[in-house]
Amino acid sequence: MTAGADYSPEIAASHPVRRFFDWAWSGTVLPVLVVSAAIVAIWYLAAIWMNAPFQRDLFTRADTAYSTSELVRATLSQERPVLPAPHQVLQEIDKTVFRTKVTSKRSLVHHATITLSSTLLGFLMGTALGIALSVGIIHSRALDRSLMPWIITSQTIPILAVAPMIIVVLNAVGISGLLPKAIISAYLSFFPVAVGMVKGLRSPDLMHLDLMRTYNASPAQVFWKLRWPSALPFLFASMKVAIAISLVGAIIGELPTGAVAGLGARLLAGSYYGQTIQIWSALLVAALLAAVLVGLIGIANRIVLRRMGMAQ
Amino acid sequence: MLNSVDAGNDRSAVGNDAGGAAVIEANGLSLTFHTNDGPVHALSEIDLDIRRGEFVSLIGPSGCGKTTLLRVIADLEQPTEGSILVNGVSAEQARLNRAYGYVFQAAALYPWRTIAANVALPLEIMGLSKSEQAARVEKNLELVNLTGFDRKFPWQLSGGMQQRASIARALSFDPDLLLMDEPFGALDEIVRDHLNEQLLQLWAKTNKTIVFVTHSIPEAVFLSSRIVVMSPRPGRVHDVIDCNLPADRRLDIRETPEFLDIAHRVREGLRAGHSYDDV
Repeated sequence: MTAGADYSPEIAASHPVRRFFDWAWSGTVLPVLVVSAAIVAIWYLAAIWMNAPFQRDLFTRADTAYSTSELVRATLSQERPVLPAPHQVLQEIDKTVFRTKVTSKRSLVHHATITLSSTLLGFLMGTALGIALSVGIIHSRALDRSLMPWIITSQTIPILAVAPMIIVVLNAVGISGLLPKAIISAYLSFFPVAVGMVKGLRSPDLMHLDLMRTYNASPAQVFWKLRWPSALPFLFASMKVAIAISLVGAIIGELPTGAVAGLGARLLAGSYYGQTIQIWSALLVAALLAAVLVGLIGIANRIVLRRMGMAQ
Repeated sequence: MLNSVDAGNDRSAVGNDAGGAAVIEANGLSLTFHTNDGPVHALSEIDLDIRRGEFVSLIGPSGCGKTTLLRVIADLEQPTEGSILVNGVSAEQARLNRAYGYVFQAAALYPWRTIAANVALPLEIMGLSKSEQAARVEKNLELVNLTGFDRKFPWQLSGGMQQRASIARALSFDPDLLLMDEPFGALDEIVRDHLNEQLLQLWAKTNKTIVFVTHSIPEAVFLSSRIVVMSPRPGRVHDVIDCNLPADRRLDIRETPEFLDIAHRVREGLRAGHSYDDV
C-alpha cells in the first residue's frame, strides 16, 4: 500500500467519526438538536429576565441581601413565575403524567385523553365533510359556485366567537360532552380537506381524463380509478393541517364549558389561579400531541403512497 | 383537393382483405374553435374514407388539424359541420361501443398502477372477469415485448417501454381500430425506428385498421399503406398518396429509390400546401 492511498478521500470519508458527522449534518438530527438547544437557552435567559423584578422585590421586602447567583437560582424556582423555566415545566409534566394515577383529575394523561378523543372524532367528521363537499363541488358547477363562497366565509369568522355559541346551543338541546367539542374541531378541519381535495380531484391531466372517455367509463369509474388515486397525495397534505387544527378546535371547545376537563380546561384553570407552570405544561403536552398526530398522518401517507408505487 | 380515394386497390402492400368495408367515412367535415382571438378553423371540408385493414398516416405541419381530425374520429371533439361515421355509426356511438383504442402523444399510464394493472384498466372498466383480464394482459404484453415487466411501475420503465405499454393497453380489449396520435414523437430516433418496425409487425399480425398522426415523413412512408397530406390554416386534406412498399419491409427500405420517391411526393405535397411558408 502506498502512502498516498491512506489519504484518499474514500478512506477519509469512511472513518467512523467522520462518517458520523457526515451523517449528522446531512440528516435532520443535528440541525434539530442545535435549534432545540438554542430555544432552551433563550427560554432560560428569558425566564431569568422576566422573573427577576418580582424576585428582587421579594428579597428587598424580606430585607435579604442576595448575590447574583442566588437571584438567578431563585428566579428559576418560583412557585408562580411569570415565565416558568423549562425544568420546572418538565418536572410538572413528569409529576402529572407519570406520577399521578391516570384516573385522577390531576393527571395530564386523563385530560390529554379527553382532548384527544374529541380531536379525533372532530378530525374524522371534518375530513368526511371536507371530502363530501369536494366531491359535490367537482361534479356540479352549481355546487362549485354556491358552496365555495360559504366554505371560505366560514373560516373568516373567528372560531373563538363561534365556539361558545355552538356549545351553548347544543347544550340547550341536550347535547353535551364529546360531541360539541368535536363539532368545533370539525368546523375547523373540514376546510383544508375540502380545499385540498377540490384541487386534488381536479388534478388528473386532460390526457388521463380523455383516456377514460375513450373507454366510455362511467362517472363512478372515472372517480374511483382516476380522480381518487390522483387526489390521495393532496388528501394527506390536507389531513396533516386538519388534524393539527382539530386539536386547536378541541382545546378552544373546552374553554367555554367552564373548565371541567381536557387540556383546554387545564389552560383555563391555570390562568384563573395564576398557575403558570400548569399552563405551560398543558401547552407543551398539547404541542407534543399535535406533533405525534401529524407524524402519524405522515407515516400513513408514506405507507399508502409506497403501496401505490408512488414513493420512489 | 382529393377525396375518398378508392383505397381498395392498394391492398397488395399487406395481405389484408382487399376492398374491406369502410371503417371511417368523413364527409365535408369542418371544425371551428371559437377563441377570444376570433374563430380558428381547425378543420375545413375534410372528406376521407378509410377501409378495414388500412394503415393511414395523417401528416402535416403543426396546426394543420391532424390531431384534431383524429380526436373527431375518437369523438373527443365534435365537428361543427359535416358528418363522420365510424364503423357505419356516429363517432359518438362508436366511442360508446368502444370501437377504437387510442394511443396518446405521451404514454399516459396511471403512475399508481403497475404495468399489468395499466393494461388491465380498460378491461376492468368493461367488467371482464379477473382471469380473462390476466390472460389478455399477458397476451398483449407479449405482443409489445414487455413480458416480465408486468409488476413494474411506469416510472421504472424507459420512455419507449412506457409507450409500448400504452399500445398494449389500447390493444388489450381488441378493438378493430387503432388511433395513434404521434405516439413516438417524444422518443429519440433510435427508439422510434425500433418501435416503427415493431408496430409494422404488429399491424401485420393483428390485421387492425390504424390511423396514425405524425409529422415525420420517413415514419409516415415507412409505416403507411396510404398517406394523407394535410395543410394548415384552415386545416384541410391536400393530397392522398398511396404507398405500395412490400409487406415484409425493414428499416433499410428507406434507402431504396421507391421509398425516396414516395417521400419526395409527400414533401412536395407539404410544400404545395404551403406548409413551409412560415418556416
